[in-house]
Amino acid sequence: MRVLQAPLDEAAARSLHAGDAVLLSGVIVTARDKAHLRALSMASAGEEVPELQGATVYHCGPIVQERNGYEVIAAGPTTSARMNMMGPRAVRELGIKAVIGKGGMSKETHDAMKERGCVYLAATGGAAVTLAEGVKRVLSRSWEDLGMAESVWELEVKDFGPLVVAMDSHGRSLYEETEARVNERMRLRAEGKL
Amino acid sequence: MIIMPESWEDIVLRLLRAAQTRLPPDVKWALEAAAAWESDPTARSQLGAILDNSSRAEFLVRPMCQDTGLPVFFVKGRIPPGIEASIAAGVARATAAIPLRPNAVDPLSREVSGDNIGSGPLVHCRPSDADYTELSVLPKGAGAENMSRLAMLTPSDGDDVIKDFVTRTVLQAGGRPCPPTVVGVGIGGTADACMALAKEALLIPLDQENPDPRLRRLEEELFVALNSSGLGPMGLGGDTTVLGVRALAASCHTASLPVAVNLNCWAARRASVRVHSDGTVEYTQGAFP
Ligand code: SF4
Repeated sequence: MRVLQAPLDEAAARSLHAGDAVLLSGVIVTARDKAHLRALSMASAGEEVPELQGATVYHCGPIVQERNGYEVIAAGPTTSARMNMMGPRAVRELGIKAVIGKGGMSKETHDAMKERGCVYLAATGGAAVTLAEGVKRVLSRSWEDLGMAESVWELEVKDFGPLVVAMDSHGRSLYEETEARVNERMRLRAEGKL
Repeated sequence: MIIMPESWEDIVLRLLRAAQTRLPPDVKWALEAAAAWESDPTARSQLGAILDNSSRAEFLVRPMCQDTGLPVFFVKGRIPPGIEASIAAGVARATAAIPLRPNAVDPLSREVSGDNIGSGPLVHCRPSDADYTELSVLPKGAGAENMSRLAMLTPSDGDDVIKDFVTRTVLQAGGRPCPPTVVGVGIGGTADACMALAKEALLIPLDQENPDPRLRRLEEELFVALNSSGLGPMGLGGDTTVLGVRALAASCHTASLPVAVNLNCWAARRASVRVHSDGTVEYTQGAFP
């Protein structure tokens, strides 16, 4: 399996194709609904958003335990579709080149990904313990006022995954392809041809 | 089998810990069989991650998924007085001890209760004159529970329309309930009873044969149809869309045909206990002997 350095840059993102399996080593940051809203309102006000700028963003609300510092106990992906409204702007205005989540994102977000060279990496839904295993250290926590799940956690990761390239920068989406195949098979079934 | 004067509160904590950290054996077998059978490489990697995650969770005694769900309880046989209060106390303790994510919120203000209870525990009672009390817990994650559907069909609709409704419900859910799922189907009763049947069906182990031959056929046909759909693990494509289909039926009004679907994600968590009148206690995540 290919191990990529995170955060991904445009060249790395463009080198990936739907179906590729990858692991990430380096730095990723978590962001959910509230963090996206805050980042985009900062961007609208013309402010810099160093927390997310150019980051590899993970749609995740981790369970973090505070003992001697922070320890990530569980870190599975959350449903990315909730970030659809903010997806195109996040890709265009924050320079994000890789998004990790589950379930995929909208056509509009995918268009922005094609244009800017960004990939969507699917993490296995519910595989919270395996994914937490790939998190070596919490580097920082921003926007603590948003609560544990919604804070922006900057994480050092090693061999984080497995992840699958589900939407690539060349326009392919495994979700769309699967949906088309399911519909086709169901149609054939209904017609008694399968 | 243990003889121990454990309180119901202790029992609830024990059930929740088992359910959250260990997959039921039948679910694990189904996942292993699927991983061996799967022809799609992406699907194989998803199933591999799920199995790896489950063994790590069991070894570390950690919840297998960060969405520890809302715990739904079924009490069967003798209903002990005060069981609701004991369940509430056990869930609150489990929330701090395991720990569980505090998921229960007020539906309108969205204020978090913090103890996974809020206005009261979710308890279904099925009283009978058995000489034991059977208590089961089903922690339900939102991804799967949000895909629930009820159809008040027309009595003349028959088997094909039932199958079509279930198939469409599962396929339209796509990757959202974290497939491969376990599909609970309720047929008959009233609207509320029908959904409760679909949920109760999720308590039946996958390797237990349905005693009703009509339901057995329905389960088999749905299993084949759904797994030939190509949806696959996490909706990324593959041969494994469901791990099993479980159906329960109950009498209904002559002018009604309610059908309900309740899904469990691959993290099909459950655990049960039987407390006999002589004080013996049996725990299982499968079927009672
Ligand atoms: S649907 Fe199940 S496996 Fe997926 S995130 Fe929710 S609880 Fe976890």
